[in-house]
Amino acid sequence: MSLVNFTTREITCKIVYYGPGRSGKTTNLHYIYGRVPETRRGRMVSLATQTDRTLFFDFLPIDLGQISGFATRFQLYTVPGQVYYNATRRLVLQGADGVVFVGDSQARQLDENIESLQNLQSNLLEHGVDVRAMPLVMQYNKQDLPPELILTPPELDDALNFRSVPSFAADALHGKGVFETLKSVSELVLKKLAAGSPTT
Amino acid sequence: MTSSLNPRFTFETFVVGAANRLAVTAGRTVAENPGSAYNPLFIYSGSGLGKTHVLMAIGHAAKTIAAQLNIEYLTLDEYVEAFHAAIAAGQGDAFRRRFQNVDVLLVDDVQFLTNRKEMQAELLRLTEALQQSGHQIVLASDRPPAEIADLDERLISRFSGGLVVDMGIPDYETRVAILRRKAEERGSRFQPGVLEAVAKVEYPNVRELMGALNRLIAFQAVNDTPLNEENVRKVLGIPGTGDEARGKSVSRPATPASSGGGDEFSQFLSDVTVTVGKAVEAWRARVAEAVMRWEGEGYRTGRLEKLLEQETPAAVDEAIAAYAQDVERLKALEAEVAVLDPQAAGEKVFRDPDHMDAAEAAAAKVRDGAAPPPAPSAAFALDTYGAGSSNEVALNAARDVIAKPGKKYNPLVIVGRSGLGKTHLLNAIGLELLKKKHAIVACLSTQQFVDELIAAIDGNRVDWWRARYRRATALLLDDIQLLAGKERTQEELFNLFNHLVDADRQLIFTAPAHPNTLDGIEERIVSRLEGGLVAEIAEPDKELRRGMLERILTQHRIPLEPALVDYLADRPIESVRQLTGIVQRIIEAAAAQDAPVTAGLAREVLEGAPAPRRTTGLRTSGIVVSSAGGVRSREKMVWDWPTSADRVIEDLR
Repeated sequence: MSLVNFTTREITCKIVYYGPGRSGKTTNLHYIYGRVPETRRGRMVSLATQTDRTLFFDFLPIDLGQISGFATRFQLYTVPGQVYYNATRRLVLQGADGVVFVGDSQARQLDENIESLQNLQSNLLEHGVDVRAMPLVMQYNKQDLPPELILTPPELDDALNFRSVPSFAADALHGKGVFETLKSVSELVLKKLAAGSPTT
Repeated sequence: MTSSLNPRFTFETFVVGAANRLAVTAGRTVAENPGSAYNPLFIYSGSGLGKTHVLMAIGHAAKTIAAQLNIEYLTLDEYVEAFHAAIAAGQGDAFRRRFQNVDVLLVDDVQFLTNRKEMQAELLRLTEALQQSGHQIVLASDRPPAEIADLDERLISRFSGGLVVDMGIPDYETRVAILRRKAEERGSRFQPGVLEAVAKVEYPNVRELMGALNRLIAFQAVNDTPLNEENVRKVLGIPGTGDEARGKSVSRPATPASSGGGDEFSQFLSDVTVTVGKAVEAWRARVAEAVMRWEGEGYRTGRLEKLLEQETPAAVDEAIAAYAQDVERLKALEAEVAVLDPQAAGEKVFRDPDHMDAAEAAAAKVRDGAAPPPAPSAAFALDTYGAGSSNEVALNAARDVIAKPGKKYNPLVIVGRSGLGKTHLLNAIGLELLKKKHAIVACLSTQQFVDELIAAIDGNRVDWWRARYRRATALLLDDIQLLAGKERTQEELFNLFNHLVDADRQLIFTAPAHPNTLDGIEERIVSRLEGGLVAEIAEPDKELRRGMLERILTQHRIPLEPALVDYLADRPIESVRQLTGIVQRIIEAAAAQDAPVTAGLAREVLEGAPAPRRTTGLRTSGIVVSSAGGVRSREKMVWDWPTSADRVIEDLR
C-alpha cells in the first residue's frame, strides 16, 4: 500500500485496531465516526452479527483534506477479535501502516490480551513485518469499570507493554482516550513515512 | 504504461440486457471489422455499468479474429502520463508514432479530458491520424461527448461522427442474470429467491450489485445456515424491511456528537497537519520533484532517493544541483559519444549519475577507440612538391581547394601515372587542410579504407566506423581504382560521399587514369568523381626534373655540379620516383667507391656496369621477385624502362 504518493500528492494511512474480542475496537471507530464532520468521513462499513460482534471488520475512511499540499486520507479498520477469525485478521492487517492495540483492562481478560498480542506479532510476521518496525500504540480500554475489576494502566504496561510503546488509558464508550490514541498512532505513522522513501 | 487486457473481460462473460444490447452489438461489429464499421465508437454509461468490460471485450474479440492486430487498451490518465513522460524525455514524436501504429486503440475514462487543452489537441490529432489510416479507435466515458465539460468542439464532432452508444442500468431480469452468472463463477449456491431478492434492490450500478453479492457469499461462507430471502435483506441492510444491522452500525455512536465533538476532530486534524508538515517538508517535495523530473528523462535517481530516506539531510539544494550538474555532464558525454559511436551512446552508463566515473571511462574508451581517421603523412609537405608545367593544373586546383575546401572543386580527382607525385600532392593538400580550425582530415589509401571497413564489419562496429569518417572535414583517398569489385566499400563510400558533399566537406581522390576509364567502379561513383574536377599530372618536364634533382642532391649534401645536374636532367625518365631512384643509385655507387658524386660517375653507373642491387626500401617497378627461385639475377631484371617514345621506335624497327 502506498503511504505517500508524491506523484499524485496523496497520503494514505491504514490504521488497524487490533485486540481481543470485546475489547472495544469497534467502539473506538464509532466514537471517531461520531466526531468526524459528515463531509470528512466516508460511509462506515460495519459487518456485525445480531449480537453486535464484528464478524469481518469495520472500515471507516476519513478525509483530512489537503495537508501540506497532500490529499490526506486515513483508513481505520478493526479486526474481529474472536480467536477463530484469524484469517480475516491477517487479511485486514495486510498493508497496515499502524496498529492500535486495544486491550481489555479487566483483570480476567489479561490472558486474552496477551494471546491477542502474540497473535498480532505472528500475523505481522506472516506479512513479513517485524512488530518492532510497525508503528504501534496500546490502549487500555474500559478504565471506567469498577476499580476492583480492572488493572491500572501501570499494571497493564507491566504485563503487555514490554516494548514501551505509547500507551493510553481509555473509555471508548464515552470517548476518553480515543482521539489521543488515534493522534499518537498517526504521529508515529507519519514520522515513519517521513523517514521512508516515497513509493508509488 | 499501457494496461493489459483483463482476460476475464470478454463478450462471453458480459451479460447482455436491453440496456446494453446496442453497445455490445456495436462493440462486436467493431471487433469484427476494425476501422471500417463505426469509427470512432464512443460508449458512455454511468460508473460500474461495464464500459471497461465492453472495451476490453472488443480488444479480446479483435485479437481472436486477427491475432496480428496491434491492440492497446489504456485509460486517459495513462495516456496523459505516457504523453508527459514522452515529452519530458524529448520523445514526443516517437510517442505519436507509437500510437499511430496501433490497429485498435481502446481509451477508457475519456471524461478526464476536461480542462486538458493540450491533451485534447493531442487526442484530436491522434483520432484523425487513426481514422485516416483506417485504424479503429474506441472511447469510453461516463457521459456523452457533448457533456464532457470544456471539450473542444472539434473533438465533440469527431467523437459524434462515429457511433455514440450508451449503456443504462440493467433491468431486473438482467440483474438476476448477472447475479446468477457471477454466483456460478464463484461456485456459490443460494437458496431460491435469494438472488431475486438482491436483484429487486435498485443498485445504481453493477459494481455495487457485485458488492452485495460478495457480502452474501462471505456471509454464507461463515454461517452454517444458508441465507434465505429474509435475512438477505438484513445482511445487505436493505432499507424498509430490516435495517437493523446497518442502522445500528451507523447510528450507534455512544455519545451524542454534539458536546465539543467537532473540536476533538479539529484538534486531531491540526495535530496531524503539524505532523505531516514536518514529515513532508518542503525539501522533500523539492527532492521528490527532482526525482520525478529526472526519472521521467530516464536517469537513475538513486542518489536523490537516498536523500529522502534521511531525517534531515544537509545541503539538499546543493545535492540536487550537483545531481543536475552530473546529469548535464552525462548529457554532454552522451552527445559526444553519439557523434563518435552511435551504438555506444545508448548505453545505460550514460543514464546513471551515481556512477559518473563509469560514464567518463566509457566516454574515454569511445574517444580512444574513435581516434580520428588516418591523417595525412607529414613527410609530404606542399613546399617540397616540385612545380612545373606538367602538374600546373593539378597544383593550382590543389591551391584552390586549400583556399576554399569543399566549395570550389568537390571532389578533386588527381589523375596521373604511378610515381608522378599524386600521393605527395594528396598528402600535401591534406596537411594544408589540417592547418584549418577544427579540421579532421582523413587521408589514406583506398586499400586501408577497405581493410578498415572489413575490420569494422568483423568487429560489428560499422556504425562507429561510419561515424568516424562522417566527422571528417575532408576525405582524401589515394588510389581510388582499388575500389574495383569491392561492392560494400563502394556502397559505404557512396553514402559517405553524399554525406560529406552535402555538408560542404572536401573530397579528394587520386587515380591512375580518368575515373570513367576505371574498371569495376560503380557508375554512381564514377559519375560523382567526374562531377568534380579531374586534374591530370603529366610526366615531369625538364624544368621540373631539374628542380627535383637540385632538391634531392641538396638533401644528400651533394654539391650542385652543373654537369651532373644537366646530365641527369636530360635523362629520359617517366616519373619523379624514377629520378629519385637514379640519384639514389649514383650516391650508393659513389659511397661504395668512396668517390665524389660527379657527372662521370653518374654516366658510369647509368650507362656502364650496372650498379649493385639497391638495398634501400624504395619502391621498385612493382615486379615481385620470389626468393624461392625464378628471377634472381640482376641481368634479368629490368631496372630502367626506356621512355615510351623510345619504346615506340623500338617497336617500329
